[in-house]
Amino acid sequence: MDENQKSYVVSQENWTLHRKGYTDQQRHLDKVKEAIRNNLPDLISEESIILSNGRKTVKIPIRSLDEYKIRYNHEKGKHVGQGSGKSQVGDVIAKDGTKSGAGSGKQAGDQPGPDYYEAEISVAELEEALFQEMELPAMEQKEQADVTVDTIIFNDIRKKGLIGNIDKKRTLLTAIKRNAMKGKAVIAPIQTDDLRFKTWNEVQKPHSKAVVLMMMDTSASMGKFEKYVARSFFFWMTRFLRTKYEQVELEFIAHHTEAKVVTEEEFFTKGEGGGTICSTAYAKALQLIRSKYPPSRYNIYPFHFSDGENMSSDNAKCVQLVDELMEVSNLFGYGEINTHSRYSTLMNSYEKINNPKFHHYIVKEQADVYYALKRFFHKREEGSV
Amino acid sequence: MKPVKELERAIDEITEIAAGFGLDFYPMRYEICPADIIYTFGAYGMPTRFTHWSFGKQFHKMKLQYDLGLSQIYELVINSNPCYAFLLNTNSLIQNKLIVAHVLAHCDFFKNNIHFSNTRRDMVESMTATAERIAQYEMIHGKEEVEHFLDAVLAIQEHVDPSLMTNSKLEEEEDEEIPAKLITPYDDLWELDRSSIQPRVKISKRKRIPPAPEKDLLLFILQYSNELDEWQRDILTMLREEMLYFWPQLSTKIMNEGWATYWHQRIMREMDLDSDETIEFATLNANVIQPSKTSINPYYLGLKIFEHIETRFDHPTEEMKQFGIMPNSGRQKMFQVREMDSDISFIRNYLSKELMQQEDLYIFQKSGNEYKITDKQYQAVREQIVANRVNGGFPYIVVQDGDYVRNGELYLVHRYEGLELDFHYLENVLPYIHQLWGRIVHLETYVDDKQLVFSYDGKKIHRRYA
Repeated sequence: MDENQKSYVVSQENWTLHRKGYTDQQRHLDKVKEAIRNNLPDLISEESIILSNGRKTVKIPIRSLDEYKIRYNHEKGKHVGQGSGKSQVGDVIAKDGTKSGAGSGKQAGDQPGPDYYEAEISVAELEEALFQEMELPAMEQKEQADVTVDTIIFNDIRKKGLIGNIDKKRTLLTAIKRNAMKGKAVIAPIQTDDLRFKTWNEVQKPHSKAVVLMMMDTSASMGKFEKYVARSFFFWMTRFLRTKYEQVELEFIAHHTEAKVVTEEEFFTKGEGGGTICSTAYAKALQLIRSKYPPSRYNIYPFHFSDGENMSSDNAKCVQLVDELMEVSNLFGYGEINTHSRYSTLMNSYEKINNPKFHHYIVKEQADVYYALKRFFHKREEGSV
Repeated sequence: MKPVKELERAIDEITEIAAGFGLDFYPMRYEICPADIIYTFGAYGMPTRFTHWSFGKQFHKMKLQYDLGLSQIYELVINSNPCYAFLLNTNSLIQNKLIVAHVLAHCDFFKNNIHFSNTRRDMVESMTATAERIAQYEMIHGKEEVEHFLDAVLAIQEHVDPSLMTNSKLEEEEDEEIPAKLITPYDDLWELDRSSIQPRVKISKRKRIPPAPEKDLLLFILQYSNELDEWQRDILTMLREEMLYFWPQLSTKIMNEGWATYWHQRIMREMDLDSDETIEFATLNANVIQPSKTSINPYYLGLKIFEHIETRFDHPTEEMKQFGIMPNSGRQKMFQVREMDSDISFIRNYLSKELMQQEDLYIFQKSGNEYKITDKQYQAVREQIVANRVNGGFPYIVVQDGDYVRNGELYLVHRYEGLELDFHYLENVLPYIHQLWGRIVHLETYVDDKQLVFSYDGKKIHRRYA
């Protein structure tokens, strides 16, 4: 050691206020969230969400925000490694996925490779982002009989009531006042007469009622992808309708050569074979409307998903029944899952329908589910269909 | 406090041993801090650096790995005078001893290696000032705006010129082709014939910008971009300074870690350790120098090369003796190497065939979804390590023309040497350069040995084969 006795200092400070890492981490997370919002089309058709039934939070891999640089193509590049003494040309030293292995943290950064960021997203979060862009269109005021929503508003104070609803502040104030009138600046005793309770009034608001008739093709021509798309669409639609409107009823109709009313669960999980006659589903829908959902009391929204591979002799009947459906409905939605860039026979027939109530969307890939949702449920100007 | 007393006693001893070995370091400041602070510093590269989400991302990743027990930063040391080293408050005494010995050697390297000679030793304070200024710009111009700008600069921050000597650029009068003097108004018609042989010769007397291809993209943008406000120039200047400060650490990674590892081993051998401590030390040390099948562990390779130098120069061959190398000059040679070399020359000069075979180094490449060993030849492997270290491992980009097609467009050239660029990344970086330059940006590179030019005009990327 030279001149100085001690050439070093050891110090231990209080670092609790040094929060920079955390604030910037938060900023990154915020940016990831923003990215989620911008990537809704991809995310909402993410399998892990659709299959989760929406019950829980799901973990989905999101590429963390890239810090783009001019860099070499790692895949094509050559790298140097080190063996234990017996390595030979041709040896396989790693496979994709296991690449970095148990590398020590110090070498992080030399290995580009995909950088996935496991983001935990609750379905609710996605919903929030998605649904704020959507609206159930063309609600109309229907007959007001029993179309009401009961709401309870706590807006009254009474001397009698449930003890759980006691208004402590008012009770104390009354006690203080009463004691003060006797010239005593105390709270106690509190007498039965001082007690104040919050209580409610029932308010009845008339509200529009709606029913959504979901029809899906479950025939053999609907492959795995087609079913998945239809399923994702209905998944979000159901959740959308249930969260946004209280009084919305759902009916599920599965069809191949004949149509059946099924439960929600069956609708999403069951697959069947056979050919396709779409008109059966429409007939079933009309029948349901007649028996359960009079148009005078319900807003009716039939949605149909199919791959368009309908029996061609049935197409004319379909058009006719769709017309009938539109007479009683607010809107008719037809979603076709068609990865080819040509129209199916059914779509060709529907092309000719010229009715503002008719909406269709052709889904080509998974991410289109989002656009289909937006097409059917986009926010409209007041009054227009 | 007893543990600190104990630590101080150990540091006294280590410092003395290190000085005895001839290590020459700055006064040291050891800070004992909790894990999240250490990882903050690790992510930012410096305790006082400005804030940006990318550091937050890095911090999150490192902290997560630590929390899961996957990794641990052993050492964190800053090239400054006095030299700051950070110790984790949960370290055992023996861990701290190893780290102290290790960082003393790092500090010696910072102080004596020629490549660090231009680095500012007051960077801690300088970065504090930078961080404050950037924070102030955030107040004035808004967080979003500043972040947007930082994103762009950080995307190209490695493209500076770290050469030690500022090559006095010749104000050369390039003989540009001046069209022959016009005698009659129709003379230029002759040009039509000539132009088929010599396209694009008609460069009038304008000065070329830059006069010679410019490696320092940041500096070039700083000097010639018309797009930047004062505060943006200020940030650009400061970030460039920071990059120049970090650069020597990028270009001496293998040497620096090898040097520090060599010395922590030697110093620890000199110390009185009881058997428990010895075992703990051996485990720690083994973790640090564990070779990796899929990358170069700089701690290990650097250590091996230094040890190899020592042995060779301690016991020179007849041939070496003829060149005047004295026996037992190993240490002396090592000190000389740590002063003069950087990773590239270090590998080229001292990674011998013998050592490479002993260490079983190889080249591997991806084929399908497997990584296969493709080459084990001495020359090839050595050149590959060097190639991966050239320009700190970043592609070498130069500014060819700052007034391309006389329209103020920026023409960049990738000095292609067989390694292709990641086009996905490139296409995301060009918009950033465009943001800084304000006009169309081109970048010329090669794919499958064909020349390819990427252009970004503010809306779309175009690819064009030349």
